[in-house]
Amino acid sequence: MKLNLKVWRQKNNDSKGSFETHTVNASEHMSFLEMMDVLNERLISEKKDPVAFEHDCREGICGACSMVINGRPHGPQQGTTTCQLHMRKFKDGDTIVVEPFRAKAFPILKDLVVDRSAFDRIIQSGGYISVNTGQATDGNSVPIEKDLALKAFDAAQCIGCGACAAACPNGSAMLFTSAKVSHLGLLPQGEVEHTKRVQSMVAQMDEEGFGFCSNIGACEVECPKEISTENIARMNRDYFKASLVSE
Amino acid sequence: MSLTGLFLILFLVVHLIGNLQLLSNDEGKAFNIYTDFMSHNPVIQLIAKGNYFFILLHAIMGILLAVKNKNAKGSKYAVSPNNKTSWASNNMALLGTLIFAFLLMHMGHFWFQFKWGSGLPMVNYDGVEMINAYAKVTTVMSQPIWMVAYLIGLLVLAFHLWHGFASAFQSLGLRHKKYTPIIEGLGKAYSILVPLGFAILPLYIFFTQS
Repeated sequence: MKLNLKVWRQKNNDSKGSFETHTVNASEHMSFLEMMDVLNERLISEKKDPVAFEHDCREGICGACSMVINGRPHGPQQGTTTCQLHMRKFKDGDTIVVEPFRAKAFPILKDLVVDRSAFDRIIQSGGYISVNTGQATDGNSVPIEKDLALKAFDAAQCIGCGACAAACPNGSAMLFTSAKVSHLGLLPQGEVEHTKRVQSMVAQMDEEGFGFCSNIGACEVECPKEISTENIARMNRDYFKASLVSE
Repeated sequence: MSLTGLFLILFLVVHLIGNLQLLSNDEGKAFNIYTDFMSHNPVIQLIAKGNYFFILLHAIMGILLAVKNKNAKGSKYAVSPNNKTSWASNNMALLGTLIFAFLLMHMGHFWFQFKWGSGLPMVNYDGVEMINAYAKVTTVMSQPIWMVAYLIGLLVLAFHLWHGFASAFQSLGLRHKKYTPIIEGLGKAYSILVPLGFAILPLYIFFTQS
């Protein structure tokens, strides 16, 4: 299949970027990243600068790939990362617009690569439990209500890719932060520090310059792990509670 | 935004119930007595002051939020996402600004006139002299331009409420498997029925007066 690619090229965060048009011959069995590899192989053979983009596991679990394809983070397929998006989702002759994640807190490093360390700092501010849980214990030795375990697990599926903040017209990181707060706070091991955690993670999120949530819901639609905005409501609720009870 | 918004949602219901008296077939007597009571009762006056305050607070917070969020986004995408989020949710600031403009027009037509206007139509019921608010309303609403302007304003309000009602509950963390679908349903019903209830008034007056 023959595709027209409009790829965003930008030297660094201070320079002004623009679109560059390329024609790529791809197979419909390729993943989107493999199609980008084909483009880059050609650019390298032509002694041109290849398009910088992030990737790692290429199986949808690491959260490294981060492109916005036709206006949608991770492309048009629901619940899928860019690496798992296949070219059969596109048609021969399609024009595909590829942009980097756009949010002020995600400065562009080069082309499609953005600095997502703001998420790392949110995690560092409270996304841990400080007790030593030791070795993995026998199943069911810590009794956890099934419903809570499922909710915590749903939240724990967040791979921290940043698609939520990229999709949000407000550049808000509420879905990510709330998923982390929920995943730890719902389980007995993380419950102890929950009050402190929700406050420090929200404070860090604000400090990083992410926008405020206005419940548009684009994050939930674009999340490759389909994390629910139910987590945002839980974080809001817990944040109010924490503000009332904390010293 | 959520607390002030919910207060204003309550206010709209009270405002609508009062205004529905315009429909009673008594040449405005019930409505005039009602407006006279509302403008002279000290408790109502205090609530009215609170209402102005909450409207301004909601608007100011909305502006600050919109500015902060616009900065946080930085640049926009070249392709618009087309991702099934509601148009109203994406345009709350625009809708809010239009509602504010509508409010200025509305206050200019009535509130400002009743407070500082001269040559107001008066009416006398059982020896009590009061402003003939009904006459004032019918004068405004029987002009096509204002009738249409009110209808547009109410349409904008409907879109604002379409998102705002349920969103307020989500922001307060009030989300529940059982109750959230009810709240969302109520929000949709409210955002259609309340503006529709208001819209009946200019239409009714326009078509019965002319």
